[in-house]
Amino acid sequence: MITEALVLSAMIFVLGTFGVLVRRNAIIMFLCIELQLNAVNLAFIAFSRLMGIDGQVFVFFVMTVAAAEAAVGLAIIISVFRHYKTVNVDNFKLLRW
Amino acid sequence: MYNALGVSVQGGQATVETASQFQPFFPGLIILLPLIGFLINGALALRHAQASASAVRLGGELDLGDHLPPTHTLPSYVAPGVMLVAFLIASVNFARMFSVELHDPHVIEYWTWIATGAFTVKAAIQLDQLSILMTMIVTGVGFLIHVFSVGYMRDDAGYPRYFSYLNLFIFFMLVLVMGASYPLMFVGWEGVGLCSYLLIGFWFSDREKSDAGKKAFIVNRIGDFGFLIAMFLLFGMFGTLDFVPLFSQAANLEYGSGLVTAVTLFLFLGAAGKSAQIPLYVWLPDAMAGPTPVSALIHAATMVTAGVYLVVRSSVLYALSPIASATVAGVGVLTALFAATIALKQNDIKKVLAYSTVSQLGYMFVGVGVGAYATGIFHLMTHAFFKALLFLGAGAVIHSMHHSLHRTNNHQDPQDMRNMGGLRAFMPITWGTMWVATFAISGIWPFAGFFSKDEIIWQTAAFGGAAKAPYPMLYQVYWVIALVAAILTAFYMTRMMVMTFHGASRTGVEEVKHLHESPPVMWIPLIALAFFSVVAGWINVPEALRETFIGLGPLTSEWLHHWLEPITEQAHHIQELNLGEVAEQAPFGGGEVTWALVSTTLALVTVLASFQFLRRRNVKVAAEDTELSGFSKVLYNKWYVDEIYDRLIVQPLIKSSRFCWKVIDARVIDGVVNGVGWTARALGFVVSMFQTGTVNMYAFVLTIGALIILGVSVF
Amino acid sequence: MIEVLFYVFAAVALGGALGVVWAKSPVGSLLFMVVTLGSLAGIFVLLEAHFLAAIQVIVYAGAIMVLFLFVIMLLNLGHDYQRDLKGGAFALLSFVIIGLMAGVLARQFSTDSIPELAVGGQAIDALLEQHGVVGAIAQPLYTTYVVPFEITGVLLLVAIVGALALAKKDGR
Repeated sequence: MITEALVLSAMIFVLGTFGVLVRRNAIIMFLCIELQLNAVNLAFIAFSRLMGIDGQVFVFFVMTVAAAEAAVGLAIIISVFRHYKTVNVDNFKLLRW
Repeated sequence: MYNALGVSVQGGQATVETASQFQPFFPGLIILLPLIGFLINGALALRHAQASASAVRLGGELDLGDHLPPTHTLPSYVAPGVMLVAFLIASVNFARMFSVELHDPHVIEYWTWIATGAFTVKAAIQLDQLSILMTMIVTGVGFLIHVFSVGYMRDDAGYPRYFSYLNLFIFFMLVLVMGASYPLMFVGWEGVGLCSYLLIGFWFSDREKSDAGKKAFIVNRIGDFGFLIAMFLLFGMFGTLDFVPLFSQAANLEYGSGLVTAVTLFLFLGAAGKSAQIPLYVWLPDAMAGPTPVSALIHAATMVTAGVYLVVRSSVLYALSPIASATVAGVGVLTALFAATIALKQNDIKKVLAYSTVSQLGYMFVGVGVGAYATGIFHLMTHAFFKALLFLGAGAVIHSMHHSLHRTNNHQDPQDMRNMGGLRAFMPITWGTMWVATFAISGIWPFAGFFSKDEIIWQTAAFGGAAKAPYPMLYQVYWVIALVAAILTAFYMTRMMVMTFHGASRTGVEEVKHLHESPPVMWIPLIALAFFSVVAGWINVPEALRETFIGLGPLTSEWLHHWLEPITEQAHHIQELNLGEVAEQAPFGGGEVTWALVSTTLALVTVLASFQFLRRRNVKVAAEDTELSGFSKVLYNKWYVDEIYDRLIVQPLIKSSRFCWKVIDARVIDGVVNGVGWTARALGFVVSMFQTGTVNMYAFVLTIGALIILGVSVF
Repeated sequence: MIEVLFYVFAAVALGGALGVVWAKSPVGSLLFMVVTLGSLAGIFVLLEAHFLAAIQVIVYAGAIMVLFLFVIMLLNLGHDYQRDLKGGAFALLSFVIIGLMAGVLARQFSTDSIPELAVGGQAIDALLEQHGVVGAIAQPLYTTYVVPFEITGVLLLVAIVGALALAKKDGR
């Protein structure tokens, strides 16, 4: 079961990456990043079956940090929205050549 | 081992202990004083610069009237003053040397200049018979010329600058003659070249004059190249460039070896540049653009004699190489003849004297080329006196002519002899002293030039016909050419005197009213030099002549020969070994006395005959003169040598330089450099396209990076 | 039995993930995400990580997703259903890239040398016996990992302050 879990984790991670690359809505991109984090959590849990309880403790920390990060990230998106009136990332092009 | 003011190191070979030690008397001061003079006068010149700058732009003359500012009066005392003190110190050293009968050179080291591995050069001066003699000539004649300049340059805007340059020149010249090694001599060599440039181009606002200065420096440079190559070869051969150790090793070299010949020929190239021999003489006539006292000092008495000094200093090397000696003598005699022919047809009084200098220098080289080193120095000394006198006299004439033409706003050339004539009435002292010099240069007994020039001509026959001499026929030809050149000398000098001082006055009625004799500060040096032009020859009369009336009995001696013996004995020893006994008879028969009488009679007859002939000639004023034609035209145009050089050397150089500049530098090199810049900008522009600014693109690149790292760590 | 359950949960999770990426509306994406989180929690339980499964549902699906929802509601984003996927060459390239990534990861993860229930698994079982479900996590958390624990607390404080400061309207 561990092997299958790992393969599943890989597939969800890849899907999350794809979502980051192709979506234009900033909030949905952020959501896909959360998906990646979840896939990683699954991998940790699977490996903890082999290596010990430390994997699960790490997942605990990952979740905590993900929560903090979500809060701050969404706050940033809100401030950006206030200026650009949209969350479509194609509009955030100030660093263009 | 050494200290600044005279504690010394005995140099040279194992010494023959003399009665007492030679104690030099502040020799460093001799060189230091002119340098101090330069600094003081230079400082004054800088202060004066503001006032004189506007005047220089307007033609170089200040109307100062009677009230001279201190920047003008101080140099009048500082510059001749340092010269006089230097001369006196040199005389004291000379007297001490004389009383002690010094044999070996006395080298005083001050500090180490170059110290790199095998090559060491110390800042050192060498006090020996030759250097002290040259020093006295330089400071003595230099002092007289400084005094003359006080009067000549009085109204010039650049008065303090002039004296600072003169003092600097004397400083470098003294380094040249007193230096104890070839590199030090070269320092002085280059330095006098620099000062020559500065002084020839003294009135630099005139394009022609500054060009003349450049020409002198550039042509000298070609000679300097020869000097450098010779120094490299010498270092390779001997491992040192100091005179004392070098010459003691040199005596052991093989006679006629290729290396020695190469060294001496390259040294002669340098001497030909500095002393204006063929093919590098072209700068000296142009150098007449400078003030006349400069011509007297640099281009008659001192700088141009540096080449002769070089050869005499290296006499050991020249004695070892018959090919080089024959070349030196040959070039010298050809130059003597060539320059004399050009002088026959010149109208500018200074140009006549310039070509005369080139010709007389040729005689000096004949002397040292055949092996009569002391005689060459003898002629150097007498020539310094009478040529300086001639130039200073010409300067007085030009000074007077310039004033009178200026007063009447006449724009004719004050140096053109066709505008002169009958000046005897107005400038008697100048007339008298210049005739003395003319007799001296023509070689008429008992004036100085007779003894020196005649002995050179005789030694050509004597050494050329020596028992084992190589090329005896060649030296016979040299002897004949030297005699012919002597006759030409007498002729063109008489022509100059007649055109200037005798005959009807061509200067114009109005201008004549302003002609007058120069002030005492200018004619006193003339009298002094005239005195020496008479008696200077009496210090070196050979035994053969002294047995007859020519030798003037108790008044003369063969002193100079004996004085310079320690310098020339090594060379003479080599000559005795390899050349055998010198000849007693000249090529067409007759001994020394016979030919002495013949040459002086020839000279005297030439002077008298040409005087009578030329006096009756009708010389036209410059403005009305007609064009010359035929052979006269060739002579007047200096055999077109400058034009030939221009076509053959200068224009191709300019063309290739232009090519290097416009094509290689501007297009190729700049193109490459600009191309690199252009490429960098283009590349930057292309790479900057990556910065699209969209978040998705950044995420994409991030993912690719992560994938690469993943791949690398996995595989 | 457990195997079947696992495959069911896995299928649901994958479907949900696909939905997150593919959905037109933001709210739809979010709901699919919740589904994925739920099935992942189920898989956690099957892998004997009970506490974390509970935390996943409570914190992740419960709080964080609700936060996302609130933001979407705040920004009034739920209205236009324009597809906002990037198309064309970019999508193709991205697809290639992630395919490569999938290949690499899968290759790494599916080697046969992973044994079932090795030493680590037995240690976890022992801990579960001894301290119970919660204690199994709490025991290493408060002993070995107490420093990161405290720092995480500070981190949360910083995040709160930061979020407040960032989301404040200008002027107040």
